[in-house]
Amino acid sequence: MRILHGTNYDFIKPWRIAIGVTVAFIATGLIFLGVHKGLNRSIEFTGGTLIQIEFAKKPDVGELRSTVDAAGFRGAEIQQFGSDTSFTVRAAGHQAAAGAKVENTATLIQAALEQKYGKSNVHIARTAIVGPRVGDELSRNAMIAIVISLGITMLYLAFRFEWRFGVAAVIATAHDLLSTLAFLAIMRLEVSLTVVAALLTVIGYSLNDTIIIFDRVRENLKKARPEPLYDVLNRSINETLPRSILTHVTVAAATLSLLLFAGEVIRPFSWIMLFGIVTGTFSSIYIAGPVLLWIERRWPRSRGGKEGPSPRNTAKASPRPPAPRTPVGAR
Amino acid sequence: MSNLKWRLALIGVLVLASIWALYPRNVKVRQRRADGTFYDTTSYRVPLRKGLDLQGGMHLALEVDDSKGVVADKSEAIDRALKVVRTRIEGLGVSETVIQKAGNDRILVDIPGIDDRERAIKIAQDQAFLEFQITDKTNAFEKALPRLDAIAREKGFGGAVASAGTKAPSPSSSLNGLLTTGADTAAKRGTGAKADSAKKDSTKADSATLGSGGPISKLILGGQMPGQFVVERSNYDALKLFFESPEVIAALPPGKVLRFGNDSTVLANKVYRFLYLLDERPIITGEYLTDAKPNQSPIEGTIVEFQLNNEGGRRFQRETARHVRDNMAIVLDKVVMGVPPVINSAISTRGQITMGGKDLQAAQDLALVLKAGALPVPLRVAEVMNIGPSLGRDSISKALTAGAIAIVLVVVIMLGYYHFSGLLAVGGLALYVLYTLAVLAGFDAVLTLPGLAGFVLSIGIAVDANVLIFERIREELDRGKTVRTSIDEGFRHAMSAIIDSNVTTILTAMVLYQFGTGAVKGFAVTLIAGICASMVTSIFVVRTFYLLWLNRSRGAQTLSI
Repeated sequence: MRILHGTNYDFIKPWRIAIGVTVAFIATGLIFLGVHKGLNRSIEFTGGTLIQIEFAKKPDVGELRSTVDAAGFRGAEIQQFGSDTSFTVRAAGHQAAAGAKVENTATLIQAALEQKYGKSNVHIARTAIVGPRVGDELSRNAMIAIVISLGITMLYLAFRFEWRFGVAAVIATAHDLLSTLAFLAIMRLEVSLTVVAALLTVIGYSLNDTIIIFDRVRENLKKARPEPLYDVLNRSINETLPRSILTHVTVAAATLSLLLFAGEVIRPFSWIMLFGIVTGTFSSIYIAGPVLLWIERRWPRSRGGKEGPSPRNTAKASPRPPAPRTPVGAR
Repeated sequence: MSNLKWRLALIGVLVLASIWALYPRNVKVRQRRADGTFYDTTSYRVPLRKGLDLQGGMHLALEVDDSKGVVADKSEAIDRALKVVRTRIEGLGVSETVIQKAGNDRILVDIPGIDDRERAIKIAQDQAFLEFQITDKTNAFEKALPRLDAIAREKGFGGAVASAGTKAPSPSSSLNGLLTTGADTAAKRGTGAKADSAKKDSTKADSATLGSGGPISKLILGGQMPGQFVVERSNYDALKLFFESPEVIAALPPGKVLRFGNDSTVLANKVYRFLYLLDERPIITGEYLTDAKPNQSPIEGTIVEFQLNNEGGRRFQRETARHVRDNMAIVLDKVVMGVPPVINSAISTRGQITMGGKDLQAAQDLALVLKAGALPVPLRVAEVMNIGPSLGRDSISKALTAGAIAIVLVVVIMLGYYHFSGLLAVGGLALYVLYTLAVLAGFDAVLTLPGLAGFVLSIGIAVDANVLIFERIREELDRGKTVRTSIDEGFRHAMSAIIDSNVTTILTAMVLYQFGTGAVKGFAVTLIAGICASMVTSIFVVRTFYLLWLNRSRGAQTLSI
């Protein structure tokens, strides 16, 4: 059995449509961000108290809310967590920060619930209490981690391929980051540390995909017959298409089984991975390729192999750039 | 041929090493009895460590509390505090605790299996600074009261209504009358400094307010010994806040400090707390303490007996000899424990602290923190995560289900698409799972829930290298090359893509490990282990399978791929 074997699609041609779609998606994400005033960050980042409660039988949500309100935590978020006997109560950081010790919030809520529903009917499965400073530090560390991993990747690719490939791959990856953030904003997924880990996994996965196409480009450019980069890119994407499809299918199979069977805690992680497969595939074909072409047009290799910026008089309208004079990667 | 033998031998060695690393063995674990004590037992299990989110337990982050005074070198202070916290937590007797420094000013504590949040926080956070201070006998507090009243009026001290003073004899007479009573009640036993519990009957109703005029003085009654006072419990919080304000501390007589007691007493159906004025300079501190153990005495209830080292003993003897007939307060973290006993003669190396109405576990915990020593800096809790054991078990079973389904799906896809070659890839995948788990066990890595999710995901990603190679072999076969050449070329050409893509992923995972905490670190470790194992299996193991097959069916013209 072979699928999409020996295809010859022009993947680069509809680059305008592709960029239009992705810009529209990211813009939608930004609108959602504006409406909801930022991402839905977990208490790891915001600080505060989270309690996961397992009830013996389904509680009345209104009653649960009034119990928590009566305990002095008005405005605490109450959410169903997976099954209908499992709930999370989340009190914001400032409610605990004023004078009273932060660690008392959980105890007070727990006591109020036990009094209301009876000690044997309420089981505290999990509590998390985070001070405000920890969250700031985590946000900063998450940012640093993302920036550093992108930087290291760019350096590695510049070393293994050459700088144009590195920059194109990193731009494609940065696109994945933006569109995944837009996805997070639209889906209102809770951004926890696990989600940051998923984000970095998506980065790694998308890079994988881009590198595999670029590896083929590098190989095809080495061949004796000089060909415009436009055609080389298209041919490389077509040649790696069966691999891309099959790998995405197996990874999607693993991700779907996580999404459906691995439980509530890991669900945001699975959603992001699933979206990451889509955006990673999209960006390695429709972003990395055109960006590489664009860089090549702006800063073509000079005849002597010396790199340097060229005059900016290249025609902007045509996506088809002049053929590079010497094969890329032949250095 | 010899090449093949060498390859097979290497795979065999790797498999044996993996099985050895994963073979169930006796692992020492501490179990908790119903009464809260621990006992060692051995359990026969696979040596894979489960993180807190899978086995349940508590994670604490402690940081330097600089709200009460600036700490100059936080990093150095944390280093010293780390030793103390480690000794205390390890004294709890829970196995596999993790206590480590994070960043410059934070201590991370992981205690598996603990579900009593309050207790664990108390043990980790209590400063446990032990001081022995002599109570004031110069009536300095009475002299300072007008100044305190003035400050209270200025600050608009609301206070509760003073309803205690029914009659107001002169403070000095009241105190003098009580002095003798106090001296009688504090008995000395052997060489022990005995902190007497409150003698409720002896206080009687002849305590009186120290003055009816000021807002503060009307709330305070004389006690039964020099430097001791009582306040109504309803006024305790307001007064505590007042006494902690800097103006009040400055207004106190030089060299004296005010401390509340942990005990309370009942007078005329009202509950009172004790307040003491003490010499600021302690005659000795807890740094000389060598041992502390909980005990129960029929008279005093729960007590902690402690022992000082020789140097401390000499010093204690010298100081107590100078203070015979004085009352000595045992002060723990600025709270007077029990009622200060009278020193009848010099005391050397042994003493005890009465715990009032606390239970034996409280005494156990106090002994534990005293023995571990005082924290060099006050710590505050920055983060607490508490995960119940049932949630962890639930997470594991769900992750295992997802993993099993993922494996079945991937196997079906590979077999359906690549037939015989897919079978070789599935063989490689089986070894991949084995090797990854072995690497995790070998490096004593901690399995967390995100780590398990990463592992399930990696099953899908692991076949990527195989897919790359197989697609390459198909291309070579399409060009009319022989089966053997196609396989060689396929592996050779796919190599650069496999290495480049995996190295970038490993780099990302390393950054994640560096900046992540707890569960995320576990995820990064699983990812790195998975990538290394998948490179070995797809490049080396599956290649060997091909060589084996080529060897068996010499001159094969077709390859099922």
